[in-house]
Amino acid sequence: MLEVKHLTKTYGGKRAVDDVSFTVERGQILGFLGPNGAGKSTTMNMITGYLASTSGTALIDGLDILSSPVKAKSKIGYLPERPPLYMDMTVREYLDFMYELKAVRLPKEEHIGEICELVKISDVYGRLIKNLSKGYRQRIGIAQALLGNPDLLILDEPTVGLDPKQIIDIRGLIKTLGQKQTVILSSHILPEVQAVCDRVIVINKGRLVADDTPEHLEQAMSAEHRLTVRIAGPEEELFRLLSALPGMLEVHRLGERESGTFEFSLETGREQDIRRELFFRLAEKGWPLLASRPAGLSLEEVFLSLTSESESGPGEQTDAENSEAQEGGEA
Amino acid sequence: MLAILKREMRNYFTSPIGYVYLAVFYFFAGFYFFGSTVLPNTTDLSNVFSSLFIISLFVLPILTMRLMSEDLKNKTDQALLTAPISLFSLVMGKYLAALAMFVIGISVTLAYALVIALFSTPDWAMLAGHFIGLFLLGCALAAIGMFISSLTENQVVAAAGAFAASLGLMLVDGLSSLTQNTLLKKIMDGLSFNSHYTSFTQGMLSLKDVVFFLSICAVFLFLTVRVFEKRRWN
Repeated sequence: MLEVKHLTKTYGGKRAVDDVSFTVERGQILGFLGPNGAGKSTTMNMITGYLASTSGTALIDGLDILSSPVKAKSKIGYLPERPPLYMDMTVREYLDFMYELKAVRLPKEEHIGEICELVKISDVYGRLIKNLSKGYRQRIGIAQALLGNPDLLILDEPTVGLDPKQIIDIRGLIKTLGQKQTVILSSHILPEVQAVCDRVIVINKGRLVADDTPEHLEQAMSAEHRLTVRIAGPEEELFRLLSALPGMLEVHRLGERESGTFEFSLETGREQDIRRELFFRLAEKGWPLLASRPAGLSLEEVFLSLTSESESGPGEQTDAENSEAQEGGEA
Repeated sequence: MLAILKREMRNYFTSPIGYVYLAVFYFFAGFYFFGSTVLPNTTDLSNVFSSLFIISLFVLPILTMRLMSEDLKNKTDQALLTAPISLFSLVMGKYLAALAMFVIGISVTLAYALVIALFSTPDWAMLAGHFIGLFLLGCALAAIGMFISSLTENQVVAAAGAFAASLGLMLVDGLSSLTQNTLLKKIMDGLSFNSHYTSFTQGMLSLKDVVFFLSICAVFLFLTVRVFEKRRWN
């Protein structure tokens, strides 16, 4: 469906995207994960033909975006980082315009109506876009991308600016779309990618650093297990008791929360489950366990662990940071 | 191309720009029609048309200033440039919208001709020549304005740039009379919009002038496409 070959983009001597290659099969939902300025948007802009690559290309259904752009573009629905909306138009006028611009051949009223139902914007159909909230604008942007049922949907951070309920709706929608169409979505939110995608590509500083299923990635990421607990009892003795638990790697004091209760962050080996042991030992002493929750890996940690392998020296890092700053300026 | 043309036309009339342009143009055209045709009791519209040269130079930037800048600023160019249309039809769609507005403006002169026709017979052939001349001038100026608009995402800068270009085109005449160098003088005279336009208002429809305006127009349409191309590759 989509074949990305050695895509590279250089901005004034700095590499924003550096030799990124991957392929996506039909019906796959691919997550593009990376911190801000990692090159996600630049990569997407090159796949959709908004930007030309410095070298390398992308093939959509075998059509080269550089040599046969019009045909290739007709197969893509694109939601850029900032939805490309005309503020002075009503939702109806805007979707009519995009329908004509994309030369869609499906029955107009029916097709647009269907999409509006799908992304839930039918209730604002006649209103001016400039008067609508960010959540609505984002969904109009998605609606615009869906016009003409393109084979390949590219969504750049589709859930930004939506409230939690809308986020769940849109994730559901993307999953439904992914049954027929190929979807690429970018995000810097790990749980989002985990919830929706079949496959994840991680990009950092313009380079592809991982390409795997979310499950594998998570396993590879979380070499150790982390638990945050809150216990009522004397701090020093608690600390000693926790440190003495079998398989404990590290105990961090997080301080006193309510009076007489303390929080600790526990780090153990991946295979080790200390929860039962912890409960019984505390029960023995008569110190009540008030709360216990697993502390997931934060995105920063995921990136730290992923990028520590791909980085060679501090000099290179400064270079890449510069190019990020520059990309920010271009955006 | 048609979708863009339609959107741009609608935009002119849902924003004040279209009305401001038409009001200004109609006001000045009406003023000169009254002053140089009605008052002196003549059927000759050539004075009206020669005055409209300056008016066109100064009102066309109103039409072209937002053509490209607005899209660049609001990032709506991402929708246009990732749609399955060629760059050329994108540029042409926008260009034709500005040109259509210009024609709506200059069409008021046809109404003047009809007013004259009520009382006497205007020289229709001469009028056609005038009208074609003004239309060609608009073609060239709109292309220049659009090109300037594609260079910046700031509408004010685009308008100021187009005004400056118009002023420059007027100054070329003044400069050519000052220069001693014959070659330079020849080049300046050749580039003078005024002298090419004046032959239309004198009732001449010469191929040379038609080609001049059409080639200015073609050059700047081409340059606009190149600006977009270049932005993609940067």
